[in-house]
Amino acid sequence: MDSNLQPVPAGPAVVTPSPPGPPPVDRGAAGSPAGTPVVQLDGVTVIYGKNQALKNVSARFERGAVGLLGPNGAGKSTMLKALLGFVKPNVGRMHVLGLDVAHRPMEIRARLGYMPETDGHIPGMNAVSFVAYCGQLAGLPAVDAMQRAHEVLYYVGLGEARYRNLETYSTGMKQRIKLAQAIVHDPDLLFLDEPTNGMDPKGRDEMLELIRDLGHNKGVSLILSSHLLPDVEYTCDHVVVMDKGQVAAQGPIAELKGPAGRVFELRVKVATGSLPGFIDVLQKAGMECHSTDEDVMRVFVPTGVGGSERTDQQILFSLAAKEGVQVRHLRPSVPTLEDVFAKAVGEE
Amino acid sequence: MPIHDQSYRHFEGAKAPPGRAWLVIAKAGVMHMIRKRLFLGLLIVSWVPFLFRAGQIYFSTNFPQMAMLAATAETFREYLEQQNPFVFFMTIYIGAGLIANDRRANALQIYLSKPLLRSEYIAGKASVLFFFLMLITWVPGIFLLLVQVMFAGNFQFLTKNLFLFPAITVAALLQVILATFTMLALSSLSKSSRYVSILYAGIIFFTTAIYGVLYAITGSSSMSWLSPTESLAQVVDVIFRLTPRYMTPWQVSLIVIVGLIAVSISILERRVRGVEVVT
Repeated sequence: MDSNLQPVPAGPAVVTPSPPGPPPVDRGAAGSPAGTPVVQLDGVTVIYGKNQALKNVSARFERGAVGLLGPNGAGKSTMLKALLGFVKPNVGRMHVLGLDVAHRPMEIRARLGYMPETDGHIPGMNAVSFVAYCGQLAGLPAVDAMQRAHEVLYYVGLGEARYRNLETYSTGMKQRIKLAQAIVHDPDLLFLDEPTNGMDPKGRDEMLELIRDLGHNKGVSLILSSHLLPDVEYTCDHVVVMDKGQVAAQGPIAELKGPAGRVFELRVKVATGSLPGFIDVLQKAGMECHSTDEDVMRVFVPTGVGGSERTDQQILFSLAAKEGVQVRHLRPSVPTLEDVFAKAVGEE
Repeated sequence: MPIHDQSYRHFEGAKAPPGRAWLVIAKAGVMHMIRKRLFLGLLIVSWVPFLFRAGQIYFSTNFPQMAMLAATAETFREYLEQQNPFVFFMTIYIGAGLIANDRRANALQIYLSKPLLRSEYIAGKASVLFFFLMLITWVPGIFLLLVQVMFAGNFQFLTKNLFLFPAITVAALLQVILATFTMLALSSLSKSSRYVSILYAGIIFFTTAIYGVLYAITGSSSMSWLSPTESLAQVVDVIFRLTPRYMTPWQVSLIVIVGLIAVSISILERRVRGVEVVT
């Protein structure tokens, strides 16, 4: 075994969850004091022509796995490209791994892995040559780059297809090869831009498992940019929610899901009253209400309104009866990232 | 315990400091071309004139009755001019896809997310074309000079024409740098290597044709600066201490060449970016 390659004890196969083992070494912002964010943006504004892609964005990305969440066009990819130095911000400062993006981009990129949203490969190469080539570009010696290329290709599940030309790869395989080239040089921080795009359900699950493993067992800090809430919720501990070029919310997912309370899914039918009237009554009672369909809504009942789940349900039924609305279906749920997202971007 | 751990492992070895990635790009580009049979064929064919010239030198130095074939400074200039078609085909074959193919495959974002500058990427790509063009111009030119010394068995010709070393070097460099940067600039403008090939050939033929038409109309060669090929020929004549073939001042021809290289570098600076912003 090459002495340069240190095995990580908690190592699973491709999609097998890691068995319990010694805690992973945290390598994000290595050399910087504990508690320092891996990425920090201070008042960053990026303007494309007349379009303001990022508007005075200030955000902190903690070590570990952080989701960058937002609808299409929210500015997620622009933020990653600005952090990579592809786009120069008009105003503001950015630090990655404690280094100033404007002054030390090479040092940052040497410690960074980037998985772009769009397909990208070097034409005319097979997978192992491509990944080894990327390793060499990142500074690995040729022999080590080739060895790591084989290893990471096995890790991402392309071991059997590693000698195939990249142009013959399916969409799912292209996503995996993009991840392989991003991790071949063992980065401290990974930028993953929509990594599950175009993947079938099985491939998507495997990709999420890999991301989760990297972030939680391998000590690699990562920023996962996605518009898919379940992806972020499954793989990340923190989230930064973007909307229209601004940060709408940020923090630990568990914290953002609070305050403590219960969520109920309701399907209602208006008998004598009106739906807006019912929503109004619920809000006056201190509850939060998001319509997901014409007759389906999610109602958040904060702790203190009712007391127990049964009491909460009774309150809902009584308010509905009072407003002339029939509750045809009621199912207790738990607050999800979807609720955080909807609240952050101000969806009704 | 597994025989070989196939999981993700951390790399604790030493990494090369930034600044050497262009060598990786250049090496990969050269190896990629060498693996192509068609290219190797073209490379071998481009050395055929060298063999003829070597034969000419051999006979003229060993058989007195063939002394009229003896090499002069002009022989070396003629040899470089004979290589022009090969330089043209090589430039198209190697250069058209150098950046265009990367743009088509969205590879620029992969390259520039690694610790390398845009200038390093351009230097790496340029090195591939530069290497092969020097291999069919400068290398055989210098070899020819050495062959002359070898076959003659003395340094008489060389000492009399010592300027040929720098002349071959400067002329080859000028030709190769011009071809390399104009082709790279064109390659950065498109995602199709075919389109780039047509564009390059079109520019070379069109400018030469325009000059030809103007020459036919005016009977004067003072407009030779319109064609990069003729401008290069004019400057190379001066480098080899020959009478310039056109009426255009050689300084003007040199300005055209330097200007074309500068414009090409400016295009590359604008086009080689990690992200394409359309506003």
